[in-house]
Amino acid sequence: MAAIEMRNIVKKYGDGFPAVNDVSIDVEDGEFMILVGPSGCGKSTLLRMIVGLEDITSGDMVIGGKRVNALAPRDRNLAMVFQNYALYPHLSVFENIAFPLRLAGRPESEVESKVRDASKTLELDEHLQRKPGNLSGGQRQRVAMGRAIVRDADAFLFDEPLSNLDAKLRGQMRTEIARLQKRLGITTVYVTHDQTEAMTLGDRVAVLRRGVLQQLATPRELYTQPVNLFVAGFIGSPPMNFLPAQVNGDQLELPFGSVTLPKDKAAKAEGRGVIIAGIRPEHFNDAAVLDAQTKAKGATFTAHVDVVEWLGHEAYAYVPFEASPDVADQLAELERDLDGESIRTQLVIGLDANSTIAKGEDAEIWVDSSEVHLFDPATGENLTLST
Amino acid sequence: MRKNWLGTWVGFVLIMAWCLLPVVWIVSLSFKSAAETTAGSPQFFPKAWTTQNYKDIIDNPDFTRALLNSAGIALSATFLSVVLATLAAYAIARLDFRGKRAVLSLALAIAMFPVVSLVGPLFDMWRTFHLFNTWPGLVIPYMSFTLPLSIWTLSAFFREIPWEMEQAAQVDGATAWQAFRKVIVPLAAPGVFTAAILTFFFAWNEFVLAISLTSTTASRTVPAQMAYFVGADQFNPPYSQLATASVVVTVPVVILVLLFQRKIVAGLTSGAVKG
Ligand SMILES: Nc1ncnc2c1ncn2[C@@H]1O[C@H](COP(=O)(O)OP(=O)(O)OP(=O)(O)O)[C@@H](O)[C@H]1O
Ligand SMILES: [Mg+2]
Repeated sequence: MAAIEMRNIVKKYGDGFPAVNDVSIDVEDGEFMILVGPSGCGKSTLLRMIVGLEDITSGDMVIGGKRVNALAPRDRNLAMVFQNYALYPHLSVFENIAFPLRLAGRPESEVESKVRDASKTLELDEHLQRKPGNLSGGQRQRVAMGRAIVRDADAFLFDEPLSNLDAKLRGQMRTEIARLQKRLGITTVYVTHDQTEAMTLGDRVAVLRRGVLQQLATPRELYTQPVNLFVAGFIGSPPMNFLPAQVNGDQLELPFGSVTLPKDKAAKAEGRGVIIAGIRPEHFNDAAVLDAQTKAKGATFTAHVDVVEWLGHEAYAYVPFEASPDVADQLAELERDLDGESIRTQLVIGLDANSTIAKGEDAEIWVDSSEVHLFDPATGENLTLST
Repeated sequence: MRKNWLGTWVGFVLIMAWCLLPVVWIVSLSFKSAAETTAGSPQFFPKAWTTQNYKDIIDNPDFTRALLNSAGIALSATFLSVVLATLAAYAIARLDFRGKRAVLSLALAIAMFPVVSLVGPLFDMWRTFHLFNTWPGLVIPYMSFTLPLSIWTLSAFFREIPWEMEQAAQVDGATAWQAFRKVIVPLAAPGVFTAAILTFFFAWNEFVLAISLTSTTASRTVPAQMAYFVGADQFNPPYSQLATASVVVTVPVVILVLLFQRKIVAGLTSGAVKG
């Protein structure tokens, strides 16, 4: 077991394009670290640099206190699960799992007992003599895990191990991976672009965008304290609402009306002209279902509700609005970065399941003004972080 | 449905007859006595079956020696050619080096070069180098003529194998050589066997170089040796002896193909990995 330290890691491919740019991440011993970001942001590249399959252009990769930049993959003692599993099709499941042990020249009895142990943990016992080609996706995934856990490696590295599975199996394997990691207590770096995996599995999450580290924090902190527009829009589903806004005194002027901000928040954004306000859907509600005390903590405004979706335990209302051109550009760019996950110019409002608001109505909406984030439209920086 | 079935069988029988007739004719010839083959009106099947031809040919020291030469030369050429081609093809498929295209085009050019045009120069060269009428004297040209095709076949196979197989092996603790030997070569086995069979056929059946670069039974192979089978006089060629020799040299090839065919099929069906 070992801690992994990345110091100012840069990766430039042959064409000079920096796929990973000045990333520093320290993964503590036994920690479950997630690398997340949209497609092409350099997650795989970073992981492959940790394991040694990709040369490091500059920076230091330190594993267990030792600089490993120049070490070959086999000298780093890390175990990796590839996205397509990369099982050896000519070997049986048993031999696939035993492969690293055989390479290390372990005695037959040890190989036998370790492989049996791993296969028991992963419930592969009845498949040991089969070839990977005859297994289902989930079984192959487990064989790949088996090959990783027999080794007493210093750390596990996963590159989107669940992306080839269907939704149900993915959920199942996700909990299995979490359980296994907790039990073995091995340092783990896990690449994904699925934010459910990122939020549920990780002790900490590193969000990457175009090769640059945006934020490194616990899932809760990412959700409640996103450092910039990108992280705010990337984490959360349905995504955070972004609205053009202006702060006058302690009043936040939104397209639907004014909302009173807490003093400290207002002070941070005062006099900046047009800014972007970010509010998560669940920080809105139907004013009619709230008691007076809760209502007093926020502000209310009236909006024309376009569509209502009722999901049983909650409901969503959609309210279209016009974005001013200076903000629209920034939002369009954000949308491109987020793989086109649509941030249309409509407000998504989370409603209590008891709400009786119907489509086409003008409704009184409540917003929790303490949960409002304000972003600089030019840099995307969050102005309202509580430090 | 039924009509279809009938058509398939008729076609099958026709094609089989077309292909097998010469083979059956040779086999039948090999069981005829010399007198029968030289008679004015030979019929398809022997009047009196005889195994005398086989006895004679096994007792012929020139022939058994030629058989040994053929086997030795063809097997060495195949082995060397396949080993070299595997390494070369792997480098071509995996590494980016200057002149890669040149190597591939050159290999293709060699494959297209007419063998006959090299007989003269090779003859002179081998005499100077004392390789004339030796096993290496044939093994070397056989190797160079089959290498290009083997390299092309194998590099196509290597390119099909996902890079990640090898990277997984390296992460699992393999050296580059171990990854190559334990993962890549077994996965490319169908390609390796294809290349081996093609090379073996070429070396086993080759005639022009075999007759030009040898002078005694010390290194003469079977196809060349058969040219030295002469009958009682030039008007009575030893048809039945020639046929028998042909049967004897064909049998090992047929067995080899049947053996390797299994391997090829087994190799091809175990390829799938991705989910
Ligand atoms: N071999 C290569 N040569 C040149 N550029 C490359 C190479 N491999 C990756 N890149 C570039 O590096 C960037 C990061 O790639 P990477 O594979 O790390 O993305 P990723 O975050 O894993 O994306 P995905 O979620 O799609 O797997 C991409 O812009 C890609 O085009
Ligand atoms: Mg990737």
